[in-house]
Amino acid sequence: MENRQFGSKMTDSKYFTTTKKGEIFELKAELNSDKKEKKKEAVKKVIASMTVGKDVSALFPDVVNCMQTDNLELKKLVYLYLMNYAKSQPDMAIMAVNTFVKDCEDANPLIRALAVRTMGCIRVDKITEYLCEPLRKCLKDEDPYVRKTAAVCVAKLHDINAQLVEDQGFLDTLKDLISDSNPMVVANAVAALSEIAESHPNSNLLDLNPQTINKLLTALNECTEWGQIFILDCLANYTPRDDRESQSICERVTPRLSHANSAVVLSAVKVLMKFMEMLPKDLDYYGTLLKKLAPPLVTLLSAEPELQYVALRNINLIVQRRPEILKHEMKVFFVKYNDPIYVKLEKLDIMIRLASQANIAQVLAELKEYSTEVDVDFVRKAVRAIGRCAIKVEQSAERCVSTLLDLIQTKVNYVVQEAIVVIKDIFRKYPNKYESVIATLCENLDSLDEPEARAAMIWIVGEYAERIDNADELLESFLEGFHDESTQVQLQLLTAIVKLFLKKPTETQELVQQVLSLATQDSDNPDLRDRGYIYWRLLSTDPVAAKEVVLAEKPLISEETDLIEPTLLEELICHIGTLASVYHKPPSAFVEGSRGVQHKRISGNAVSGESVESPDNGSAAGVTEAPPAVIQSHGDLLGDLLNLDLTPPTTTGPPPPSSSGMQMGAMDLLGGGLDSLMGDESEPPSIPLRTDTPSPQLPHQSPSPPDYSPTELGGDLGGNPAMGAGFGGPPAVMPASFNAPVGGGLDDLFDLGSGVGMPMGAFNPPKTVWLPAMKAKGLEISGTFVRRAGVIQMEMNLTNKAMSVMTDFAIQFNRNSFGLASAGPLQILTPLSPNQSIEAALPLSTVGPIMKMEPLNNLQVAVKNNIDVFYFSCQYPISMLFVEDGKMERQVFLATWKDIPNENESQFQIKDCHLNSDAASNKLQSSNIFTIAKRTVEGQDMLYQSMKLTNGIWVLAELRVQAGNPNYTISLKCRAPEVNQCVFQNYESVLKN
Amino acid sequence: MIGGLFIYNHKGEVLISRVYRDDIGRNAVDAFRVNVIHARQQVRSPVTNIARTSFFHVKRSNIWLAAVTKQNVNAAMVFEFLYKMCDVMTAYFGKISEENIKNNFVLIYELLDEILDFGYPQNSETGALKTFITQQGIKGQTKEEQSQITSQVTGQIGWRREGIKYRRNELFLDVLESVNLLMSPQGQVLSAHVSGRVVMKSYLSGMPECKFGMNDKIVIDKQGKGITTDETAKSSGKQSIAIDDCTFHQCVRLSKFDSERSISFIPPDGEYELMRYRTTKDIILPFRVIPLVREVGRTKLEVKVVIKSNFKPSLLAQKIEVRIPTPLNTSGVQVICMKGKAKYKASENAIVWKIKRMAGMKESQISAEIELLPTNDKKKWARPPISMNFEVPFAPSGLKVRYLKVFESKLNYSDHDVIKWVRYIGRSGIYETRC
Repeated sequence: MENRQFGSKMTDSKYFTTTKKGEIFELKAELNSDKKEKKKEAVKKVIASMTVGKDVSALFPDVVNCMQTDNLELKKLVYLYLMNYAKSQPDMAIMAVNTFVKDCEDANPLIRALAVRTMGCIRVDKITEYLCEPLRKCLKDEDPYVRKTAAVCVAKLHDINAQLVEDQGFLDTLKDLISDSNPMVVANAVAALSEIAESHPNSNLLDLNPQTINKLLTALNECTEWGQIFILDCLANYTPRDDRESQSICERVTPRLSHANSAVVLSAVKVLMKFMEMLPKDLDYYGTLLKKLAPPLVTLLSAEPELQYVALRNINLIVQRRPEILKHEMKVFFVKYNDPIYVKLEKLDIMIRLASQANIAQVLAELKEYSTEVDVDFVRKAVRAIGRCAIKVEQSAERCVSTLLDLIQTKVNYVVQEAIVVIKDIFRKYPNKYESVIATLCENLDSLDEPEARAAMIWIVGEYAERIDNADELLESFLEGFHDESTQVQLQLLTAIVKLFLKKPTETQELVQQVLSLATQDSDNPDLRDRGYIYWRLLSTDPVAAKEVVLAEKPLISEETDLIEPTLLEELICHIGTLASVYHKPPSAFVEGSRGVQHKRISGNAVSGESVESPDNGSAAGVTEAPPAVIQSHGDLLGDLLNLDLTPPTTTGPPPPSSSGMQMGAMDLLGGGLDSLMGDESEPPSIPLRTDTPSPQLPHQSPSPPDYSPTELGGDLGGNPAMGAGFGGPPAVMPASFNAPVGGGLDDLFDLGSGVGMPMGAFNPPKTVWLPAMKAKGLEISGTFVRRAGVIQMEMNLTNKAMSVMTDFAIQFNRNSFGLASAGPLQILTPLSPNQSIEAALPLSTVGPIMKMEPLNNLQVAVKNNIDVFYFSCQYPISMLFVEDGKMERQVFLATWKDIPNENESQFQIKDCHLNSDAASNKLQSSNIFTIAKRTVEGQDMLYQSMKLTNGIWVLAELRVQAGNPNYTISLKCRAPEVNQCVFQNYESVLKN
Repeated sequence: MIGGLFIYNHKGEVLISRVYRDDIGRNAVDAFRVNVIHARQQVRSPVTNIARTSFFHVKRSNIWLAAVTKQNVNAAMVFEFLYKMCDVMTAYFGKISEENIKNNFVLIYELLDEILDFGYPQNSETGALKTFITQQGIKGQTKEEQSQITSQVTGQIGWRREGIKYRRNELFLDVLESVNLLMSPQGQVLSAHVSGRVVMKSYLSGMPECKFGMNDKIVIDKQGKGITTDETAKSSGKQSIAIDDCTFHQCVRLSKFDSERSISFIPPDGEYELMRYRTTKDIILPFRVIPLVREVGRTKLEVKVVIKSNFKPSLLAQKIEVRIPTPLNTSGVQVICMKGKAKYKASENAIVWKIKRMAGMKESQISAEIELLPTNDKKKWARPPISMNFEVPFAPSGLKVRYLKVFESKLNYSDHDVIKWVRYIGRSGIYETRC
């Protein structure tokens, strides 16, 4: 028997090879053999078949029969089988129960543990019932090995039947195990409790207080490396009471930074990064701690490549949060030739983040080296990185440009294209400095086959058309295949040619006409068409204004790139070491169900904040209480808010604030193009160029060439009085070659049927003049907006101050921020005689096309009559868009307030308002601004209010009213913070009238 | 936590499949095969997310190990666990190969049952595991033995069992360093560091308490403060080295190191890695490579490489190998070298120059003419760096072992009775010079 192990070594693989037809039948016979050896062999065959995915469930009764044995090996094999198939044969599984129960009483602790461990893995209700008694005993077993196994078993059982675990009081026993004398029992108990607590955010299961923390810290020094990880991960959820406690925990955690296990190190880093927030920055210890963090992080880079990758993804976060830690460690991120590609790409990312004037020379030399490597992705990223360096460190710009030129000389296609894209950004950042290189760039026109590179090149040609002799030829060459180009290139080409025309009008008329007609007449793309028309109209009415608009000075571009949005970063810092930190996504983005919905937050200075909100859809658990918002205070505002609502709710609440829903609302408003505003993590080189202009078709991640999108042009159309006048006047300024197609273009925009009659409507008080008579050939329009019973109406007064009769009225809106559109035709039935005035009410809908306006509530209107078409713009009060069901649930309000990042908050003062808080609340309510809660602190009333826009965006407000003080303070929070200004103005006008 | 663990052969056939959590189904096994093993391109990330399931994978020779989860697990822990799993398997049956895994599949299942419970890693020290996972059953153990096993597996000193006896108490210390260098063609050090390991083989009776000392600058400076004479401070300063960072085996009391910087521990029996460290200052670079590459027209390259040894003349470096990369379109190579043997290896696209031994402060040279086939490939040759391998009998970081004291109060042997051996080996890590 001594050689048994040897013997089995020689033969185990044979079990994988049997694939005969009557196999199951044969196995059955062998399993029922009298000989122990034969039985064991048979079970092994069964397990082998199971592994490769064959269905051997038919053998269930025969295998279970082998369970009663003294042979531990055989027993383990049978258990393995049971774990796999018990679920499919619940009735048979019950046969095994007796043996389990008996084994739980065995004299050998290893067998007791094995039994309880396996039983927990059999997910059959009938078995779990029998599990309770043995489990209770094992939790109090004298042997630590049994106790540590039983601790995990509670988590297993909870996963199957949470109610049962609670009813049986196992949770309390588990809590007691935190004080166990054996460190491994403590560690497993912590792990089990942490997991259970995750699906029960409301329970105070992991009651972390200084006493338990102390116990955990003691166990930390003694338990296995894995146990240390469980404990550190649990510690990271604790919020120390003050900076002294925070420091003392940090002091006891820092020794872990020298552990050989990288996961222990990273978990320790997580605890330190989080608790460090609470330490005053002038504390000596704070500085010491910062210094202690760098070496272990660097050491992680000598681990195996997979771990290096995890470490690098985390370092990327740490560098964004606390750049000072690793600022002197640039060299360790230099790429090695044999690093796996995933390590290389991550290192490059961190190098760009750490680049500064001090180390730029070295970094550039490295980047240049990398751009000759083999992997295309890596090379591209390296070339882009050179451009980023130029933009980030001004002193290096010149060297970067010359490096890029060297790279262009290599003629490697993708290197050239990438270089041209970044050079365009460099031109933007340092205008009039490096244009001498344009000639070199132009040599490479033919090799550009990627839209982004083509667009960049075209932008350069257009922008510097006056310095490029053959700019017209170059652009013309692109024009030949206009319809095969991608939208990005088409738009760019259109703009570039218009620029060229404005700079060299004499020789390029034909070209500009050609491109305008291509864009407006032969294209199905609305953006292209719109842009085409606007240029066309601009050029045809007032070339001087066109020049001012198209060739305007461009604002600066920012240096920092693809930073993770701060709230997300904060959350990810709390998840250091975990998958979330590897994906750079919050757990909710990749974890199904209720688990992991916890949002973790770094605690702020002095007072802490940890929010635990979780829409618990626990299926197996069957727990359906509404999520409680256990939020601890975070700054005074929130602190006050929270005191309101610390009692858990009793009702099953309405659907939780689906943050995704709100996000969608915001997207709607912003029409896609503004995604970059919302801080989504975009592809590498996103330079927020002009946050308000990118047109929807331009991929926002690319620093799109800096041209005015139709939005702005439109704004100017309506807003600029000079332009308005220009429109009214005769088309004298129109270049001769232009007159023909203009009319068609206008028709396109105004293909409304002619107006039909008009009923007399009621008078609505404060109307303002929108369109003065002198600008509209005698037609004067004044008007206002009202919202009645959920219907938005535009009420207008049309006056004819001209000498002739006006007929055939029609109205149309330009695209606008909230999709306002007329819900029907303008009802003006009778002709409008001279000196006659008429009232019209136009019902509006909010389902029209969307485009962000500046200001947000700006509406551009075109009115047509038998004489001409007139344009004006007006602003509507944003309360028109507040819907009647804008009252948020308190819970939801709390959670949402917390969930919206702080930078989305704006604070305003409302001066000279003499209402008390109740009166204000009533007044606001009539405008669909709902007060959710009111609270009085030291004579100051705080009103918490919500409103919802027609497109689903929620705005949350906190209004502070102090008795005797006519100045109110209002804080607004919204996922689309650009509405804040409008909402504030609306508050002001509602409260003051 | 870990939801399941799969082991595949290179074809993607599953050899071991152990599922710990209900949320992992059989289809996960196939998803990984299709999306990662059978994927055309090389691995772009060691963590792959397929249909909201995350796969952590490592490859050992032809074998893939994949840990699967649907939760936000501690990613560093999962990889550490996978490496540990490999260590444990290697300790049990040697090389990780398809054959060995098939031959030991029952053992592997048993191990997986023990070291992962519901996806939580448990004790994974081979020493402890071998006491009760043997494939021979636990029969025959006495009650005392059993409880000794369990207390060892769960206890504070999980890595050592009681009652070990040796006639001769002996220990071996190996200081193994790998020196890494990246040098520019002009001879400028772009980055250099030493990553070192102290590996100990201990054959000691009882539960010995050990204390390890080295010429760590912080410790020496601290001691130097007591003596006020400048001379001693200077001389000790010269010999001491600045350690950037170090990590220790779990037997070392970390809190003691943190507070007193002393390294004390009860060692595991047999061989283990006591510590790892990293230094970047005052590294002795044993070799300097001076490359000279000249392109003669479009079809010829001239390469000249000089290597200089930079250590005491009395010491000998061994297993020296210089690898000079050649372009892909190389058609022929002619090499002349003063010392050792040089060969052009077409399959590796490199000239490999081997020298068996070389003393310190010497110099040697190789020159080669590389004929190239004309190509229309516009892309320039990337010129990978020239890399070097060697072994030297000293520690390039300058680390010295000052003492290793052994105390065992219960048994009748003292520190003096223990026979101790120390050895220093410096090897090349990634030792590259760009050309």
